[in-house]
Amino acid sequence: MKHTISVLVENHSGVLSRISGLFSRRGFNIDSLAVGPTHDPSVSRITIVADGDEHTVEQIEKQLNKLIEVIKVKTFAKDEFLARELMIVKLTVAPEKRSEVMTIAEIINAKVMDVTLTTMTLEICDTYAQLCRFEEIIAPYGIIEMVRTGTVAIEKGSDTLRAKNN
Amino acid sequence: MKMTVSKAMVECLRAEGINTVYGYPGAAICPFYDELKTAEKDIRHVLVRHEANAGHAANGFARISGKPAVCIATSGPGATNLITAIATAYADSIPVICITGQVNTDQIGSDVFQEADITGAAEPFVKHSYLLKDPNDVARVFKEAFYIAGSGRPGPVLIDVPMDVQKMMIDFAYPKKCEIRSYKPTGKGNAFQVKKVIKALSEAEKPLICVGGGVYAAHAQAEINQLSKLMQIPVVTTMMGISTFPDDDPLFCGMIGSFGIKAANEAVNECDVLFLVGARVGDRAVSAPMTLAKTTTIIHIDIDPAEIGKNIGTDIPLVGDAKLVLEQLLEKAQPMKHDAWIKQLKAMRSQYKPVKTPAGTVDPKEFVIKLSAAMPANTNIIADVGQNQIWTCNNYKFKKGGRLLTTGGMGTMGYSVPAAVGAKMADPKRPTVAICGDGAFQMSMMELATAVQHGVDIKIVIMTNQRLGMVRELQTIGYGDRQTAVFLDGSPDFIKLAKAYGIDAMRVDGKGDVDKAIDMIVTHKGICLVEVVVDDMFPTR
Repeated sequence: MKHTISVLVENHSGVLSRISGLFSRRGFNIDSLAVGPTHDPSVSRITIVADGDEHTVEQIEKQLNKLIEVIKVKTFAKDEFLARELMIVKLTVAPEKRSEVMTIAEIINAKVMDVTLTTMTLEICDTYAQLCRFEEIIAPYGIIEMVRTGTVAIEKGSDTLRAKNN
Repeated sequence: MKMTVSKAMVECLRAEGINTVYGYPGAAICPFYDELKTAEKDIRHVLVRHEANAGHAANGFARISGKPAVCIATSGPGATNLITAIATAYADSIPVICITGQVNTDQIGSDVFQEADITGAAEPFVKHSYLLKDPNDVARVFKEAFYIAGSGRPGPVLIDVPMDVQKMMIDFAYPKKCEIRSYKPTGKGNAFQVKKVIKALSEAEKPLICVGGGVYAAHAQAEINQLSKLMQIPVVTTMMGISTFPDDDPLFCGMIGSFGIKAANEAVNECDVLFLVGARVGDRAVSAPMTLAKTTTIIHIDIDPAEIGKNIGTDIPLVGDAKLVLEQLLEKAQPMKHDAWIKQLKAMRSQYKPVKTPAGTVDPKEFVIKLSAAMPANTNIIADVGQNQIWTCNNYKFKKGGRLLTTGGMGTMGYSVPAAVGAKMADPKRPTVAICGDGAFQMSMMELATAVQHGVDIKIVIMTNQRLGMVRELQTIGYGDRQTAVFLDGSPDFIKLAKAYGIDAMRVDGKGDVDKAIDMIVTHKGICLVEVVVDDMFPTR
């Protein structure tokens, strides 16, 4: 089962390597990991999508919490969070196929970022599942390059995940 | 006060009450050593003969003093040599502060001479680590390091200090307190869970306490003894929990595990409530924990929440410091009786009957039993790894105040001699005996020089069988006795070797000399070594 876990960490160098090292040495499977700054410059936020049963996700949480620089860990309950991922994809598209691709993009809420004589570059920001669907639809046009950010997520409603300051 | 970072590092150690450090210098840590020289009246530096042994010595020191101890190495190979000792301390939750020199800040990452990414390399084995790049962080980092190493579930903390940083001038003041927002170890246990534990223990017909190394980490020996006595609950220990209970305690049943004693393992299988205190239920301690959990009510106290539910399903989890939690339990505990259960367990315990051994060899178990009868109560026994470790763990009859040190988690060969040096220096009043095999001894025999140089009065027992005995037994049982790479031919004459270091030594190869050898260990003034010749096919259990 997939679990989406948000981790607040001290914005120190080396934290990411501690976290990724923990996952590999304890045999936890990461589907994606996204990291970036937050509105508090001392705190970074990592979103991890991991695969495993309940026992595994419990261990992931506990082991993450043992890392000194981890401030807070939260595994989101199913359907209780908002998640997005960004994908940029470069396709080979002959001029006569351009409008077809643009129609698909419009329907699925993707944007055209760049066009050349032989290629088109599209971006889409949506859920993991929606990105996968988009990929499936455009694959026949010939994907020559693709990049995805990994999922970032936030809890629904007014609850927040915050770092307490001393 | 204005001073160099090196001087500040020394001041940090002084502020933490450190009077002994173990280490090995090199270019990248020279500025710090220069300041250590100035402080030599207060902080004694012990030059080991290999960096790993600095870590093991600090480990032994920390375990006896009950406080974090310090080891030092230079950059590159000095630091990487420390890794095994760091991993050993991590596996057994021992508070060790490792200070390493690093190449100059502007050279980091360019593969210069003696550069190793030690914070990266040691990451899987440290509780925490620091690469001290900002000189102004030195006081905070040291304060945090000592706090982190010694609190919660203890463990090693590494501080890597580039050489140029060591030389920089700073304004130094050692903080009185440290607050880490993301690190708040639990102290007392949850009151509701405490009630549940009391209820389960009170209702149990065949309760059993299993004591792990966490009881030592929390300094909770007295509390666990009290609770066991008050509620009349029998006790088994893991290897790390040995010596928390005196062997002659009527409630004590011995060590559990794949090399534990039968009575103790049967107690675990027979009990209806198993009360784990600071024991992580490692694979060598309980072979089928999940099956056990199905039939037995499991109560698990641990300060590390991650240990609860990791290896064994738990009915009543209780996160907290063992000492504080046991105090909470003692407030509520009522006297109880489990006479039939205790009697049943007692019947399972058997007296050891010495086996007939081939001429020219000694029964190692009998030797350990006799040694324990002769040694004073407050003896430190440092068991190495291999058959010697199991012979010691199962046969040394610890008295009140005795202490076993061994590497239960990592099983690091060569631990005993350097750890004995550290243990002895932490409390020179305690007689200290290292017991090792001829394999393990040859992994750290260079430390004889360290002991001699610093006049550390340790006693060393080497059980020699010219084999890596435990592997030999594994090959005998599991590989059709195809003995491979277990022969220690070419070993030195250990008596002559000891004498080359100026150490008194004797060999025991028959029953007749056992008493003489034990007398030497008990009464000899200063370091001495006894070689006990053991049959190469003598079984571990």
